Amino acid sequence: MPEPELAEPLTEGARILTICNACRYCEGYCAVFPAMERRSHFSPADLNYLANLCHNCAECYYACQYAPPHPFAVNVPKTLTEIRVASYRQYAWPGPAGAWLGTAAFFAGLVIWTIAERGRGAPSNAADFYAVIPHSIMAGISSVFSIMVLGLIAAGAARFWRESNERFSGLLNASVIPQAARDALSLRYLGGDGHGCTYPDEHRSTSRWLLHHATFYGFLLCFASTTIAAVYHYALGRRAPYPYFSLPVVLGTVGGIGLLIGPAGLWRLKQRQDSAMRVREQNQMDRPFIALLFLTSASGLALLALRETAAMRWLLALHLAIVLAFFVTLPYGKFVHAIYRAAALLRYALERSREEKST
Amino acid sequence: MRFSLALPASCYDRGLLAGESIPDVDVLVAGGGNAGLCAALSAAESGARVAIVECAPKDFRGGNSRHTRNLRRASEAYPEDEYFDDLCRVTGGETDQQLARVVIRESRSAPEWMLNHGVRFQPSLRGTLHLDRTNAFFLGGGKALLNAYYTAAERLGVRIYYEAEVQDIEIRHRRFEATRVIWRGEPLLVRARALVAAAGGFESNLEWLEEIWGESARNFLVRGTPFNRGKVLRVLLSNGAQPVSHAAQCHAVAIDARSPRYDGGIVTRLDCLPLGIVVNQCGERFYDEGEDLWPKRYAIWGRLVAEQPGQMAWSVFDSKTVGLFIPSVYPPLQAHSIRELALKLGVSGDALESTVAGFNGAVRPGVFNPNALDSCRTVGLQPDKTHWARALDTPPYFAYPLRPGITFTYLGVKVTDNAEIVMQGAPAVNLFAAGEMMAGNILGRGYLAGIGMTIGTVCGRIAGREAARCARA
Repeated sequence: MPEPELAEPLTEGARILTICNACRYCEGYCAVFPAMERRSHFSPADLNYLANLCHNCAECYYACQYAPPHPFAVNVPKTLTEIRVASYRQYAWPGPAGAWLGTAAFFAGLVIWTIAERGRGAPSNAADFYAVIPHSIMAGISSVFSIMVLGLIAAGAARFWRESNERFSGLLNASVIPQAARDALSLRYLGGDGHGCTYPDEHRSTSRWLLHHATFYGFLLCFASTTIAAVYHYALGRRAPYPYFSLPVVLGTVGGIGLLIGPAGLWRLKQRQDSAMRVREQNQMDRPFIALLFLTSASGLALLALRETAAMRWLLALHLAIVLAFFVTLPYGKFVHAIYRAAALLRYALERSREEKST
Repeated sequence: MRFSLALPASCYDRGLLAGESIPDVDVLVAGGGNAGLCAALSAAESGARVAIVECAPKDFRGGNSRHTRNLRRASEAYPEDEYFDDLCRVTGGETDQQLARVVIRESRSAPEWMLNHGVRFQPSLRGTLHLDRTNAFFLGGGKALLNAYYTAAERLGVRIYYEAEVQDIEIRHRRFEATRVIWRGEPLLVRARALVAAAGGFESNLEWLEEIWGESARNFLVRGTPFNRGKVLRVLLSNGAQPVSHAAQCHAVAIDARSPRYDGGIVTRLDCLPLGIVVNQCGERFYDEGEDLWPKRYAIWGRLVAEQPGQMAWSVFDSKTVGLFIPSVYPPLQAHSIRELALKLGVSGDALESTVAGFNGAVRPGVFNPNALDSCRTVGLQPDKTHWARALDTPPYFAYPLRPGITFTYLGVKVTDNAEIVMQGAPAVNLFAAGEMMAGNILGRGYLAGIGMTIGTVCGRIAGREAARCARA
């Protein structure tokens, strides 16, 4: 049977996982190795799944008796990273347009918000955002982009799931979702057992685990803040600006601080990452996302701090433009790792439950 | 045995003049594997200034410990007496019972000590060796264990010198005085108050192996590090250390003949031998492949293959066997007929066909069970296959080429219960040994999975502690 033409990282992935599958010393580290052991051949679809299961903690690299300069030259985290980055491009729809879209959205946003602002008179209340940009425009544009972005992310997720040959009903399998959710939300495979992981170098540390939590839960708090503010607006008829100690502002501030510390720390760690595991394409994908997270939070907090000054008008336009750029690039950037990683963990939980039933 | 590597003392001092030197310490440890690191940690924790000289570069540090993955320890589930009985059975009594008792007793607390020094454990692997009751598995294997120990040692201020190879040891009246070391090409003289020798056996020294095994040793593959050349062992023996076990004892298994000369490690092993037949270059079977469960028999196959012409053999099976064993790193040779397979192996087609036909005809009906001593056997063959015998009748047919893969050697130095090396009939004053260099005291022959790491850990700790005590005195 002729082998299909494989891209270079996929060839390398199949080569080194054949070595791993004969060794199996690393099977206690994470989900990748037990999932690997269920297979004897590694098709591109298998490799994409395993690559998205990998959290890039690098434990298996430092533990590997076959790591370079050994002639077998096994480097699982790096190879899976290369495969993973390529898989993001493969799943993204309509293709790798993210960076251009983000830049375009940022300038479009600035123009839109500025035009919207120009039509208004001096705000009656110094902190009244809607006097600068009408609520209907803000909510309207956000809704349109949110729906579009959600649709694009769902399209990528559907491609990922279709490639797995799992049924779509598996996504709603109530018996395995709690396990997958726990693994994802606790970052179990990124040192969530309390020992940390070998990132950015060979010495184990919990810093990446903590910083990722600050980023992710900061993001969730900001999301909760926006949602509660919408409830205030539509259900309770309470208009922004909300007092400093109101729920939306407190959640947004705490989340925003998390989104400053987390991304800044992850950026710093990334700079110190062991060069053995570094993949240029991954950094090109990570850095804009980390930067946009940080800038979204920084501009939001600046807006909060200066909302009663004259700077509010252009800070608002800037913040909204950054948010727009952030949203539009979500389906094409690092953000999608959350979707594919969670889906891979769900698939892993499904495979394991099937295996347990069959034994 | 001859030893002629010593350079004039003045050469060794050049390194000092060049500004690169290894400072004098209380305890010098020769060898940076499990036993050496346990000795260094325990000496440093006893308050000694410690240095390790490791002949490999950092990437390949740790000798054969980097290829290990578990240690055998006594526990509630595995009583000391059962452990001791297992040891006596495999060694046929060739063990220092008193020292063996010490090692087994101390093995109970070893996992806790290891945890405290950064080693982590995992539930037993899913492989074919069912060892979880008797053995504790290191998370990530032996290299991860070494990484943890090196980190712990650095934290304790232990100085570590890579690419530092001991050339000679100055011993006067059973007292160690200094070692001559070549560090990154520079000869140095290193003094210490005590020396722990933990530099492994000589399994990667092909010339030494050839002295014992003759030319067939040239066809041996070395499963582990190329750095275990037995230099320290040879120096100690030539200085009058009392030997234990025998130079001709070695642990060798049958591994894939396509493996690299050194360091192929675990992935070159083959677990399919008991499931098919094993033939030599003449296309003939030569041993009962189904004699016993594989974990109890795999260690004899290195010697069996070494005794065949050209030190070569093939494990042959049919497609019924695919998926019943952990895949090796190399794909099997494959063919649609036995004759075609024989052609690929370079074996006479007539001979292999006749062997397979004879084997198939001798297979008696039975219930096949690869995980137990089943009832599938042959009758009337020379030799018979006593379990897992099924006719080779379902193409495609497969074969793995086999060569002897040497794992470790048994020759070592005699030690006391305090790990002191016995020289000229009495314990040395400040010279200790740990690990593979003295494992022959306990495991004179035979094999018990995971006991090497137990001996390294327990005796390493004892040697480090005693060396530190000796340095204080």
